[in-house]
Amino acid sequence: MNPRTFPLLATIAIFLVAYAICSAQYPTIFSTRVAGNLLTDNAYLGIVAVGMTLVILSGGIDLSVGSVIAFSGVFIAVMLRDSGLHPVVVFALLLMITTLFGAAMGGLIDILAMPPFIVTLAGMFLARGVAYMLTIDSVPIDHAVYDFLQGAYYLMPGKGRLTFIGVLMLLTVLAGMIVAHRTRFGASVFALGGGIATARLMGVKVRRTTVLIYAFSGFMSGLAGIVFSIYTGSGYPLAAVGTELTAIAAVVIGGTLLSGGAGYMFGTLVGVLTMGLIQTYIIFDGTLSSWWTKIVIGVLLLSFILLQKALVHLSTRRQGAV
Amino acid sequence: MMRSLKRVAPQLLTLVVLAALVSWFFPGFLRIELTDGRLVGPVIDILKRGAPVALLAVGMTLVVATGGIDLSVGTVMAITGAVAASALVSGWGVPVALVLAMGAGLAAGFWNGCLVSVLGIQPIVATLILMTAGRGIAQLITEGRILTFTDTGFGFLGSGSLMGIPVPTLLWVSTAVLVALLMRRTALGLLIEAVGVNRRASALAGVNARGLIIVVYMASGLCAALAGIIATADIRGADANNAGLWLELDAILAVVIGGNSLLGGRFSIAAAVLGAMIIQTINTGILLAGFPSEYNLVIKAVLVLAILMIQSPHLASEWALIRLQAERRRTVRGQEGTR
Amino acid sequence: MLLTIRSLTKSFPGTKALDGVNFDLVAGEVHALLGENGAGKSTLIKCLTGAYRRDAGEIRLDGRAISPGSTSEAQDLGIGTVYQEVNLLANLTVAQNLTFGREPRRFGLVDGRAQKRAAEEMLQGYGLNIDVGRDLGSYSVAIQQIIAIARAVEVSGKVLILDEPTASLDAAEVAMLFDVVRRLRDRGLGIVFVSHFLDQVFALCDRLTVLRNGQHVVTERTDGLDRLALIHHMLGRELEAVETQGHAEGAGVQKPEMLRFDGMGRAGVIEPFDLKVRRGEVIGFAGLLGSGRTESAELLFGLRRARTGSARDTDGPLTIDTPQAAIAAGFGFAPEDRKTEGIVADLSIRENIILALQARRGWARRLPRAEQDRLAAQYIESLDIRTSDAEKPIGELSGGNQQKVVLARWLAMNPRFLILDEPTRGIDVGAHAEILKLIGRLTEDGMSVLIISSELDELVVAADRIIVVRDRRHVRELTGADLTADTILAAIAADDSPDESSGKNPVAIAAADAPKTAKEVR
Repeated sequence: MNPRTFPLLATIAIFLVAYAICSAQYPTIFSTRVAGNLLTDNAYLGIVAVGMTLVILSGGIDLSVGSVIAFSGVFIAVMLRDSGLHPVVVFALLLMITTLFGAAMGGLIDILAMPPFIVTLAGMFLARGVAYMLTIDSVPIDHAVYDFLQGAYYLMPGKGRLTFIGVLMLLTVLAGMIVAHRTRFGASVFALGGGIATARLMGVKVRRTTVLIYAFSGFMSGLAGIVFSIYTGSGYPLAAVGTELTAIAAVVIGGTLLSGGAGYMFGTLVGVLTMGLIQTYIIFDGTLSSWWTKIVIGVLLLSFILLQKALVHLSTRRQGAV
Repeated sequence: MMRSLKRVAPQLLTLVVLAALVSWFFPGFLRIELTDGRLVGPVIDILKRGAPVALLAVGMTLVVATGGIDLSVGTVMAITGAVAASALVSGWGVPVALVLAMGAGLAAGFWNGCLVSVLGIQPIVATLILMTAGRGIAQLITEGRILTFTDTGFGFLGSGSLMGIPVPTLLWVSTAVLVALLMRRTALGLLIEAVGVNRRASALAGVNARGLIIVVYMASGLCAALAGIIATADIRGADANNAGLWLELDAILAVVIGGNSLLGGRFSIAAAVLGAMIIQTINTGILLAGFPSEYNLVIKAVLVLAILMIQSPHLASEWALIRLQAERRRTVRGQEGTR
Repeated sequence: MLLTIRSLTKSFPGTKALDGVNFDLVAGEVHALLGENGAGKSTLIKCLTGAYRRDAGEIRLDGRAISPGSTSEAQDLGIGTVYQEVNLLANLTVAQNLTFGREPRRFGLVDGRAQKRAAEEMLQGYGLNIDVGRDLGSYSVAIQQIIAIARAVEVSGKVLILDEPTASLDAAEVAMLFDVVRRLRDRGLGIVFVSHFLDQVFALCDRLTVLRNGQHVVTERTDGLDRLALIHHMLGRELEAVETQGHAEGAGVQKPEMLRFDGMGRAGVIEPFDLKVRRGEVIGFAGLLGSGRTESAELLFGLRRARTGSARDTDGPLTIDTPQAAIAAGFGFAPEDRKTEGIVADLSIRENIILALQARRGWARRLPRAEQDRLAAQYIESLDIRTSDAEKPIGELSGGNQQKVVLARWLAMNPRFLILDEPTRGIDVGAHAEILKLIGRLTEDGMSVLIISSELDELVVAADRIIVVRDRRHVRELTGADLTADTILAAIAADDSPDESSGKNPVAIAAADAPKTAKEVR
């Protein structure tokens, strides 16, 4: 078996074991109802993590995504309130803006040869700043299309609701898997993660690829913003603070190497679901305080990183022996 | 002396330009008055409010010099604040509170340092762990409440002043000077730079790279503890949710504005704390200049980007390249014309 | 004529790297490009591959004037390059690497199965039977090198430039690579081969061109060419130093024993070995790459912790478990991989020289600046380090001068036992001789030196005693009259446990056929 799949398999195994343990303690967790909620509650996170995975695979990082989600919510809410445009038009406009925003960051990263960390940090300030400029209040969204989207679900056996945004998230992950693993662009992303100089020698158009990667992440952040606005029914400039870190954590727990060049899009979905599962467990328990979520996620991060270290160590040792 | 002045020249220049900009909108910007034995004025305010980020920047500079990064400093501020506050609330007195808080900072740094140097985890991931889990730990200590205390002695650290100068200012300036002297009067600076440029070669030359890396993260933790103490003393309470929130980003920004490479190697603490002051001048200046506070983040982002672009060595060569290509195109066209 | 270069000129601020150079390449030949460091080889190649723009001159490929502006443009024109460091992506599969940028697609998506098939087809005729679905990084450098060649040939297909492709390969792997190159030559490619190893040039190449100081010196057929004359062309002077250096017969035996290692070993790395080090003696480790010679030295220096064995000097036992402990015991180690393990590129020459000294003094006792400057000036002078300034970052020096700075770092410590792993690799012949001379001087002052080298003639000249390492074991010790390249080679080649890679191909040994060179030079 190819050793590169080990982290992914470990991620999946840990999720299944965790799910089994949770179900053993609270049998209701093993139901389509909880599964449906898991997808719905983490839909925006899953979508934004797809973009983040691609960025991380290329060896970069995108700190702006949380702010872009907040901006998206505010933009949609304010546009729907003030302009009278149809939501679909607003969505299209928004996705255009966030994609261009991501592309601009990618361009700056390449042109200035600045670390992505710093450029997207500035992007993080900028996006949330613009959200503040649009409004400083929480703006409710009231539109027939929203009512429809919020109410759209498929009733699974066992009364679990497979909602529109949950399905959208799964489709996004599928699209992400195709882009990352089945296109030339995806191969270029992995190549960048393996080393920019080498990638350039192999004919990767580095600037174009970098711009596209961050544009992809910008698009996903915008999409996540739409989903988040459907989920919360409002736009608020202080929303989704820290989502970038949650997304990065999900990507790492999903088995992608934070230094880039190795990982699987599918793992990210499992990572997102694992983190959602922890939250579900804490809610079910009822006595645990909310801060335990953070601590457990921290511990989980640590154990995944250690696991990856051990796997890499083992595979290089085996190589050395041959 | 001239060399170090030359090193911080871009940062000083940026500060002058910013001061001029703010003065244009707010003519009284540079005015300093003595009221009740305290210096008062926008500049003094900047020097005081910039204290946490400046302190974090001191530690962050060292970490960045080894090629690392410490994302956990904001969280460590929250932890140390919570530790100090709960010690005060328990009536253990100021000295114990200080010792415990600084001990917590050192312990956090030791944890980060071990993950990075002993286990070999990438710094950004290693410190992300404490950044995520640490706020939970801080909330655990305060049990989710804002722990307030009334101890004026401790509060002095945040809002008092000595010889007219705010205590936080004195604290960050003396920390920066002390650490800078420690780095340059001993061989620590050279050894840290050597590890940052090439850890393996340095270790082979007998440099204790592993130990040095742990030490810089502990230094960063200690600086974060000082920043946490100031922040907690200032509001006379520990807010585990918001203390130091996102300050790690400002600190990293300060280090980068200070011209220090995130890849490690050569570093300047003076330039980094000047970077912190640049950030604070932007923050305060926007308010003074009379922009609504909603504009704060956007203006900050634009200014930061502008500063980074100007400082980017790449941009200069990029310009040269574009001009060269344009010229070449022109000459080619010229030749074709003559043919 | 496949490729013709006429009056190629390229200047950099301060130097003329290429000055009216001519070069011809015929289809179906392997053409060596030789010269000292700084002769203009790499500039010529970079002009060919589009990495540099030439100032003047003409390049014609198949009679058509070309002027590639980038490596990919050069590739499209038909000029492919394979470098010493494999320029493929270790984190992608072999198939992905081979088909990168031209992946077979179905409905716009990469067709994984067709991709594997295409990759396997590309590798046909290269004698490789590997799983193309695995990560490139899981294969040895030699295999990666051949995959890089396969890709370059596929993408370009007319001219193949091999820039020091053998530098990190062992003899068997070199033979494997040469087979591939010969097959490509027979297919009609024009191949430019750049190497420091003269014997490899003679084994493989049909013609050779020598550059010196940016100028074309000579182009000749390889067969029938006299090696001495060739070296003369390259240097423009005779290699005088090396041959006068010879060691006195059996001189080492009388010297007093200084260090003693008993049963040093580590499972999977090197089998336990004993080593006695006498004062003022030069010991050589001979063996193929990967034989365990470097690993032995790493154990001695505490870079890898020995699982068994002990070290002692005349005063009693030593504990050597870290480089720091080794340095405290008076050891020094100049590693093989200068760039990643030797120099600290961004720091100045001065700081690089005092680094180990400062580390030993500890962080608290900073070496006074005046003392630092004195040391730097002293070694720049005595080792003839060519630089304008001691404050120049070491990364800006040439390879030979970098090596001298690393040596200076250890000499400043005045060690009693200095380990040099491939001290002359990748540096030009002139600096090579200087470093060998320096080793001779050091031992006269009582320092003991351990040299690890792939160049047998170098070992024979420098060492009093040679230990042959094979298959992770110390197999033989040679002294006195046995100290000839032939006996070393025989000891390396003696094959009691047949190893499949070296066993099946007799050319393997011929490729490392250094002794001829050594004798003729002498």
